[in-house]
Amino acid sequence: MKAFTYERAKSPAEAAAAVAGREGAKFIAGGTNLLDLMKLEIEAPTHLVDVQDLALDKIEETNDGGLRIGALVTNTALAAHPKVRKDYAVLTRAIVAGASGQLRNKATTAGNLLQRTRCPYFYDPNMPCNKRVPNSGCAAAEGFSRQLAVVGTSDKCIATYPGDMAIAMRVLDAVVETVLPDGKTRTIPMAEFHRLPGDKPWLDNTLGKGELIVSVRLPAPVGGQHFYHKVRDRRSYAFALVSVAAILNDDGSGRVAFGGVAHKPWRVEAAEALLPQGAGAVVAKAFEGASPTEHNKYKITLAERTLAGVIAEARS
Amino acid sequence: MKFDAPAGKNLFDNARIVGKSTRRIDGPLKVTGAAPYAYERHDVIPNQAYGWIVGAGIAKGRITAMDTSDAEAAPGVIAVLAAPKMQPVGSSPFNYAPLFGGSDVTHYHQAIACVVAETYEEARAAAALIRTRYDRGEGTFDLKAKKSTAPMSGEPKTRGDFDAAFASAPVTVDETYSTPGESHMSMEPHATIASWQGDQLTLWTSNQMIAWSKDALAAILGLDAANIRLDSPYLGGGFGGKLWVRADAVLAALASKETGRAVKIVMQRPLIANNTTHRQATIQRVRLGAEKSGKITALGHENWSYNVPSAGDGETATAQTPVLYAGDNRYVAEYCARLDLPEGNAMRAPGEAPGHLALEVAMDELAEKLGMDPIALREVNEPGKTVPGQPDKQFSERNLVRCMKEGAELFGWSKRNAKPGLVRDGRYLVGMGMAAGFRGSPTMKSAARVKLAANGHVTVETDMTDIGTGSYTIIAQTAAETMGVPLDHVTVELGDSAYPASAGSGGQWGAASSTAGVYAACVALRRKIGEALGFDGDAATFADGKIVAGDKTHALGDAGAMSAEDAIEFGKFQRDYNIGTYAAHFCEVAVDAYTGETHIRRMLSVCDAGRILNPLSARSQVIGAMTMSVGMALSEELAVDPRFGFFVNHDLAGYEVAVHADVPHQDVVFLDTPDPAISPIKAKGVGELGICGPGAAIANAIYNATGIRVRDYPLTLDKYLDRLPALV
Repeated sequence: MKAFTYERAKSPAEAAAAVAGREGAKFIAGGTNLLDLMKLEIEAPTHLVDVQDLALDKIEETNDGGLRIGALVTNTALAAHPKVRKDYAVLTRAIVAGASGQLRNKATTAGNLLQRTRCPYFYDPNMPCNKRVPNSGCAAAEGFSRQLAVVGTSDKCIATYPGDMAIAMRVLDAVVETVLPDGKTRTIPMAEFHRLPGDKPWLDNTLGKGELIVSVRLPAPVGGQHFYHKVRDRRSYAFALVSVAAILNDDGSGRVAFGGVAHKPWRVEAAEALLPQGAGAVVAKAFEGASPTEHNKYKITLAERTLAGVIAEARS
Repeated sequence: MKFDAPAGKNLFDNARIVGKSTRRIDGPLKVTGAAPYAYERHDVIPNQAYGWIVGAGIAKGRITAMDTSDAEAAPGVIAVLAAPKMQPVGSSPFNYAPLFGGSDVTHYHQAIACVVAETYEEARAAAALIRTRYDRGEGTFDLKAKKSTAPMSGEPKTRGDFDAAFASAPVTVDETYSTPGESHMSMEPHATIASWQGDQLTLWTSNQMIAWSKDALAAILGLDAANIRLDSPYLGGGFGGKLWVRADAVLAALASKETGRAVKIVMQRPLIANNTTHRQATIQRVRLGAEKSGKITALGHENWSYNVPSAGDGETATAQTPVLYAGDNRYVAEYCARLDLPEGNAMRAPGEAPGHLALEVAMDELAEKLGMDPIALREVNEPGKTVPGQPDKQFSERNLVRCMKEGAELFGWSKRNAKPGLVRDGRYLVGMGMAAGFRGSPTMKSAARVKLAANGHVTVETDMTDIGTGSYTIIAQTAAETMGVPLDHVTVELGDSAYPASAGSGGQWGAASSTAGVYAACVALRRKIGEALGFDGDAATFADGKIVAGDKTHALGDAGAMSAEDAIEFGKFQRDYNIGTYAAHFCEVAVDAYTGETHIRRMLSVCDAGRILNPLSARSQVIGAMTMSVGMALSEELAVDPRFGFFVNHDLAGYEVAVHADVPHQDVVFLDTPDPAISPIKAKGVGELGICGPGAAIANAIYNATGIRVRDYPLTLDKYLDRLPALV
């Protein structure tokens, strides 16, 4: 870990300006991912702007019947919130499928969206990795890749976005609300928040320099049955091989997003329109153009089978 | 004390303390954080500096340049030890791969530098400033590719005419199984604090085998062993990974010498998999030929594994095969390739643990082909009183059939549907599996000193280690029983090389050997007391803090403070016996018919392991091993990247050991079968028995649930997803 300076911001706009105005500055909230990466010098911020005093830890109902989740609401608090459990159960189920109780007590809503990939080559500074060191190459593409992405990849990166919460937020059409360094605000639909690796895999999302997430807004509840099925190699404390976040209606229609398969939560609206035809049709469409490796091609079969199980449960 | 013949009736047959479930005497220290682990021994020496290990970024080749100038100039840095500027340290019979020094790199994350600084953070930050250039060499990293040219290790164990018997057998199994490399991944990483006083070197460390490691360190550093002291009273797990001196200890000693300061070093978690030792991968071919009655006529087991180019055996996965089943015609052979991967060395039940994953699945496959119950098949092939092919070597105690039968009863084995894939519980396919287990029960010379205070308090000193196993408690029980005092009148001091040399913790020999050594020392003390007070210590009764000798009664402390030291030495007669431990393991799984996820529902192990010294801690040992078996069967794998020659998933996020949610219900039953051939106490260890077989029981249960046989461990769902029932 490199030496760094530290300040505690008093307002969102001040925090955004503080990070924007300084080369190598970063926000820190729960620190559950950033500190680990700093110890390995995968992240080496020169300055940390701590946002924990910003009073962004409330969950409030919005005028349209939805919820506004403060950026600093912990995973534990969000998953346990009565209205989330009742009306957005997919979100509660996704959150408790991730990490451990201790980590969820520290991890924040905004920080969780910014969780970086768990690609083992990203974590080993001896290995080439375009995400860690731009244009250094990708050791994963022809390496040990059974955990890695199958769709939306590029020849520069096959990393996944590793989280669970964001998969549920994607299926809920959540909107990320931010403050810019000049004090203005912006909203980013979850669909556009994470980006595909393309030629610049070192960029995980579409936030600008210094742009601070202040909240995540959930639209009014959409009803339906909520599912989050996370498939992994052990039953807890592991990242998804494939996860399925789904909201299914009695008429067979619904929404579905996949985790563990791409650089972002993977939801293809044209594919979910095929839900009444079954999992095979949805997955064929959603994974059109996928380019899996020999190690991870099973994920497409697994996505179909996991979704089929969810659909069967909805019907039973 | 010489143990020259099987034990007769003795005080342990009427024991009051040995054999009774006893809470760990070190438990309160452990749960309150008062038992310091090596890296936490802040009080043993002042002014400790912090070392940070730099691991090589290549698997094979040479360091062409190392620039340490920025690191040396970094804040807080006291010294930088750069391997290219130093002579390679020596080696010992216990180390194959080089530990430090010189420019050659023979495995990934080999220690190539050590930064010593005032704080941990400063050392870590400075280490990142070292710039190293390499000339990367070509290496060989793929066992499969080297299998066909791997030479045989030693001679094959043959009997009769295997080829003819296998060719003519009416029912045969011929399958190949593979197991991956595995990492010990103890909760406590390897860690050492080193300090020199003149030419005397003291290491406060985390080590399973104090006497071995003292000698090894002397050889590695070119010192007189008499000038080295190791102290390792508490360990947070070892599993064989801490049988040896590793880079943390070597670098702490070198760095302390260089700086004149005490230096503490912990092996960083991401380095452990590649820097230290691991259980090597295996490829195993098992051929079984049987008559229709189930009687095995041909038993073939060949195993291909590897070690580093310079030395070392492979993972000897055929170890159990010559002993476990009868069979007149045999072919058992080991092959060892030479790969440029990190050093392979002992991990919990080396050989047997992966060996059962092949043999015991092959037995399940044979049972199905024969249409026999797997337990009945094993019963048919139970050897007689002697090891097959070795009429002079009798089994000292062998109750495998009893284990299987009692286990079947307890587990509800009769409810298993022998036809696979038919039991459904909602979305789950449910199945049961079983496997037999065998692990040898070796013994090693073990010494102890027992001190008696005038108030009758007893203190035991031995360099035996407690790696989380419960050694403190079984030693206290043994001393309390022999000296006739309550448990809380005994203090146990372990892990210091200043104490008499014990058997140490390894190979499942620690419990049996070290308690026998403590018994020997107690007997010597009893005689000494008898000499002082004028009675025969062997004939007197020591109980309730008193000594009854003839018509006289003495308090234990009447003869005043004194001490005695002795060792148990195991006689050649033990070679006339096969002394082993046996188990029957059962498992029920539910496999998600959609996703292939395996959920273990319950496990049972019935163990035949001699007298059980402390059923409570023995149970903990076995459930720990059963849990490790879950990891072995389902998720643990050191993934080799053959381009770079390293284990890619080198941390606890990537190397997935079993977690609580994986293991919902476990039962352990001990038959309690005192074995007079092993020691005066007739007790055996169980730490490794519990990992010999449960993984195969899991694999067999998955087959019973799904009808899908996967022979490539770990049994991750990607390997059978396409064979699950079709979606409707």
